[in-house]
Amino acid sequence: MYKYDNYDQQMVDTRVEEFRDQAKRRLEGKITEDQFKPLRLMNGLYLQLHAYMLRVAIPYGTLNGAQMHALADIADKYDRGYGHFTTRQNIQYNWIKLEEAGDLLADLAKVEMHAIQTSGNCIRNISSDHFAGAARDELVDPRPYAELLRQWSSFHPEFMYLPRKFKIAVIAAETDRAAMRLHDIGIQIVKNDSGEIGASFYVGGGMGRTPMIAPQIRDFVPLDQLVTYAEACLRVYNRYGRRDNKYKARIKILVHEMGAEEYTRQVEEEFAHMLGQGVEPPLAEIERLRPYFADPAFVDGPKTCDHSDPDFALWVDRNTNAHKHDSYVSAVISLKPVGGIPGDATAEQMHLMADLAKEYSFDELRVMHTQNIVLPHVAISDLHALWTKLEAAGLGSPNLDTIEDIIACPGLDYCSLANARSIPLAQKISERFAASGKTGELGQLKLKISGCINACGHHHAGHIGILGVDKKGVENYQLSLGGSEAEDVALAKITGRGFDEAGVINAVETVTDVYLGAREDGERFLDTYRRIGMTPFKEALYD
Amino acid sequence: MKILTGNDLKSGAVVWWDGAGWSLHVNDAVDVGDDADTIAASEEAARRVNVPYAIEATRDDNGVRPAHIKDRVRALGPTVRPDLTLKPTQPEALDWIV
Repeated sequence: MYKYDNYDQQMVDTRVEEFRDQAKRRLEGKITEDQFKPLRLMNGLYLQLHAYMLRVAIPYGTLNGAQMHALADIADKYDRGYGHFTTRQNIQYNWIKLEEAGDLLADLAKVEMHAIQTSGNCIRNISSDHFAGAARDELVDPRPYAELLRQWSSFHPEFMYLPRKFKIAVIAAETDRAAMRLHDIGIQIVKNDSGEIGASFYVGGGMGRTPMIAPQIRDFVPLDQLVTYAEACLRVYNRYGRRDNKYKARIKILVHEMGAEEYTRQVEEEFAHMLGQGVEPPLAEIERLRPYFADPAFVDGPKTCDHSDPDFALWVDRNTNAHKHDSYVSAVISLKPVGGIPGDATAEQMHLMADLAKEYSFDELRVMHTQNIVLPHVAISDLHALWTKLEAAGLGSPNLDTIEDIIACPGLDYCSLANARSIPLAQKISERFAASGKTGELGQLKLKISGCINACGHHHAGHIGILGVDKKGVENYQLSLGGSEAEDVALAKITGRGFDEAGVINAVETVTDVYLGAREDGERFLDTYRRIGMTPFKEALYD
Repeated sequence: MKILTGNDLKSGAVVWWDGAGWSLHVNDAVDVGDDADTIAASEEAARRVNVPYAIEATRDDNGVRPAHIKDRVRALGPTVRPDLTLKPTQPEALDWIV
């Protein structure tokens, strides 16, 4: 993985000292909260329901054991012994003290991490496929391109005050594991008819109060022009994006209102202008980055393992992904124990995952946008030993992509923007289905819960989505069906009137029963929904 | 009644105006009537509180209850982590929030 050079380290260290001074001046009363707020937000420090919250960037979700150990130490030293992995592959701490934030950032910098650009109207952490560099189905490892974009977008003076926040995802497989088309810019690394590698650009996607699927605006950009094309996309947005209304300020609104064709025309015009100036980074820079993401020293070994233990066999079946080396798999550590808080991990669990990464996965981990952790390179011969240790630590839940693998935002339990709680719903739904024994029968079923319209819980993209709303001071939940964040991307549709907490849990069971009664061979919930439509589900829910 | 709340500047902890200073316990909150803005301005200027604001609440035999669920969550703590609330040994206290 990428290693900071002296320039990177100096930049982060300097920023830590700068923030330490800003926080000191705030505590001394030399600057007001109005003056301080944009400064702390630029360093990922929010003020949430119970305390300050710090969001730490994990570039494209990749980190090493030392970094995971450091995140665990921070949880113990500065927080209350745990952290929350987020839907953008980052981690958040919920109980941070302003007077300690500078020391915390200094500890992060020691392991080449920071919280810069995890808030504010700038280009946020670049996200990617959590199986990048390991997946059997990928064209190339997308992370060198994500890293190039990370370096380009960090402290980019032109894009520090955009109309609104800006999120970019990069993938390099036909299977979309990064919700690529629900980002402001989604980039898919592709090969053209001539066998050349380049980038396909999708612009103007997003969730939030106005969900949009990004249209493709360019099917192939040569690799050495990747950054320039991204810059052209940003320039047109920066020039015409609305700054008068934050609810209409995201690029998806601009692309929608301007029209994808006109937006594309303007991007192409800007792109042509920029190409004439020769500002694109040299190909040598990509070549410099690529070795950081070189394959570890894989060793040929067994290609299968003993599946006679049914619990182990189930975990292997659900929680591993095909690897490009046939003696390895990528193993998913579920942070969704039945009744647990999705994405939360204790410091002890983080230390264990770091140790397991060192022992079994070439010291590398990934954070999934679905709030789980990946060990990307596990030898098949080591799988049983790994699973045994995960089981013993309560991290062996075999539930990837099942109805128990629920995405849930922090909701009203932690977030000052939320209207309703998300986590208790996730806990109760996973308990309900684990107790009923239907989880396996239901197969792949992605359930996503947001506590407000900002959609951090990706409810628009859930096969089943739940949105918490405030109905005259009482929590109420809207149910939606048919969404997908994957290559079969779709936006979920609302079923009808909302439910109270108990009602929406019953409603989830009702729609799964409709699915089980109507499905044909091999159909997932989403397939059945698409075939039979909303009506049978609505009838079961409301008639 | 109208009560005043905010966050402690240094720690970020949720605090409530008790008439003479800031308390961690909502039951200590007093009715600030029409003085909310005046108290908020002077306390914020003195850096004893961050982003204070007034909310509606009621008082009965069980104490002070903020009108909105969001402020009740702030007052007690996350409903999903009873161990991290102000009443870690009384998980049933979370019923008060909902």
